[in-house]
Amino acid sequence: MAEPFLSIQHVRKSYGSNTVVQDFSLDVEPGEFVSFLGPSGCGKTTVLRMVAGFEEPSAGKIVVAGKDITRLKPNQRNVGMVFQAYALFPNLTVAQNIAFGLKVAGMPKADADKRVAEMLDMIKLPQMADRYPYQLSGGQQQRIALARAIAPKPKLLLLDEPLSALDAKVRVSLREEIRSIQKKLGITTIFVTHDQEEALSISDRIAVMYGGKAEQVATPFEIYNRPATKFVANFVGTLNVLEGKVTDAASGTVQVNTQQVSLKGKLNGSKSGDTLSLALRPEAISLGSQPGHDSRLTGEISEVHFLGSVIRVRVGIGNNTVSLDTFNNSATPPPAVGEKAEISFSSSDMLVLH
Amino acid sequence: MKSGKFWAWVVFIVGAAYFFIPLMATVEFSLRMRRGVHSFDAYQIVLGDARFQSTFLYSVVAAIFTIILGVLIVVPAAYWIRLRLPQLRPIVEFITLLPLVIPAIVIVFGYIRMYGSNSPLPFLGSNMGANALLVIGYATLALPYMYRAVDTGLRTIDVRTLTEAAQILGAGWGTIIGRVILPNVLIAVLSGAFLTFAIVIGEFTMASLLNRPAFGPYLQNIGANRAYEPAALAIIAFAITWGCMSLIQILSRFAPKSANRPN
Repeated sequence: MAEPFLSIQHVRKSYGSNTVVQDFSLDVEPGEFVSFLGPSGCGKTTVLRMVAGFEEPSAGKIVVAGKDITRLKPNQRNVGMVFQAYALFPNLTVAQNIAFGLKVAGMPKADADKRVAEMLDMIKLPQMADRYPYQLSGGQQQRIALARAIAPKPKLLLLDEPLSALDAKVRVSLREEIRSIQKKLGITTIFVTHDQEEALSISDRIAVMYGGKAEQVATPFEIYNRPATKFVANFVGTLNVLEGKVTDAASGTVQVNTQQVSLKGKLNGSKSGDTLSLALRPEAISLGSQPGHDSRLTGEISEVHFLGSVIRVRVGIGNNTVSLDTFNNSATPPPAVGEKAEISFSSSDMLVLH
Repeated sequence: MKSGKFWAWVVFIVGAAYFFIPLMATVEFSLRMRRGVHSFDAYQIVLGDARFQSTFLYSVVAAIFTIILGVLIVVPAAYWIRLRLPQLRPIVEFITLLPLVIPAIVIVFGYIRMYGSNSPLPFLGSNMGANALLVIGYATLALPYMYRAVDTGLRTIDVRTLTEAAQILGAGWGTIIGRVILPNVLIAVLSGAFLTFAIVIGEFTMASLLNRPAFGPYLQNIGANRAYEPAALAIIAFAITWGCMSLIQILSRFAPKSANRPN
């Protein structure tokens, strides 16, 4: 395997007796886009700030391109960073902001001007060079901040919740722009977010963090479809959790309410009589029978929400409630509350949460 | 007219009269030097006096050095306290308030004892040393105004994020303070600077006890021995103060634009 470009090795960060990051390790390949996803206080920003040099790890090592940068000051690391609050210098114009890092590095003015023009073209704001930050919208300011971070050609790009302060529409367009620029430049990028949709849509890999630890590091597909822990399963996407009891561990039979479901090969280490949490994504469940679905449960429809193209239905199965979406069909009216209903799914889609 | 508006005008007129009547009386008195007619004789005498010119120039130069010293001390200190040592803020605020509580005469006697010609740091052993001591004393007197002005300016910007943004772009502390922080608190620094200027121009106690040829002792001397010239000098001093205030307003238009400015 090739040498990782960024290697975070057994990093820990404590403030007095409070440990906010515990034994965090991650290898990032050159040109890879990795997201740190997790709730507030999970330590994702602290890890990013340690990579940037704003926080010093209490233990562990951070290596970039084979060089140990753990004790280097932020201004010696050649790392670009975009902040949640834009952090453009209010006294400088857009062009001067982008040129700041180039000037500090001692680049001749003509070269710096050329690079600034390139950057403005890249973010599609060439007409904004002489504006001040206060004359720009939030989305424009963040694009300028991105251009400023990339202008000095950093080895690594760090994005600290760069889309959090923007409205929904701008967020989607800017995240696509960030990803396309990152791919074009091939720059290794760490992106911190608490928004799972953001992380799932633009990352090569995601590190889901909780309580200062990485719960799972994997591709978005893996994270969503094969969550490694109960936290990851609950945090990423919507999940229906059913309580079940193992009735026959050898054949993989589990009882949900009073009905039997077969989960052959999924009950690693479980014994007959054990209680399990089983999870199903809403899109894995169909109302009625479907080809390929080998498991069925019956219940009663408890809620129906007509959302236009989609109808969200909740089905009560004993103490459990299952939520699923069906597409609207003008020829078929939505099911009624109180009706008996059968739901079907493939047992391979059923997750056993540990 | 609504009664609220009427009383607002009454209060405004009374306030304006309280402010302008003594001023106009002083102006009128300063023009009465020549019997029977109004003239600018008192102003001509004052402005033509070689001692006025030399003492005023001395105080202007002292004020400029005081401002430079104040900025060099206060800007990095206030910045560092906001960035890294916020827990020290109440203590530093208390220290900066001390010059308002401790009379200038106490400070200057302390200086004379500490820095006399027989002390290890004999500031008062030479003219240049005494001038330096006067500037240091003035910087102390101006500390409450300069610190508060700069601290208020720093409050309007996100000091930590701007510092980190500059750091990650490769900037060292000098560049961060000089190119990021100072330009963004320039108006606040200028306000502090002009307040310092106004204090230094009229200051009497320190200059007199350190025996410096400053404008304050000259004002006192003229006031004690002449009739019309002190009134003319008071008007000139008033004009200088208002000139400083106007300069703050004018310079603020050329100041860097702030992201915090309302659109």
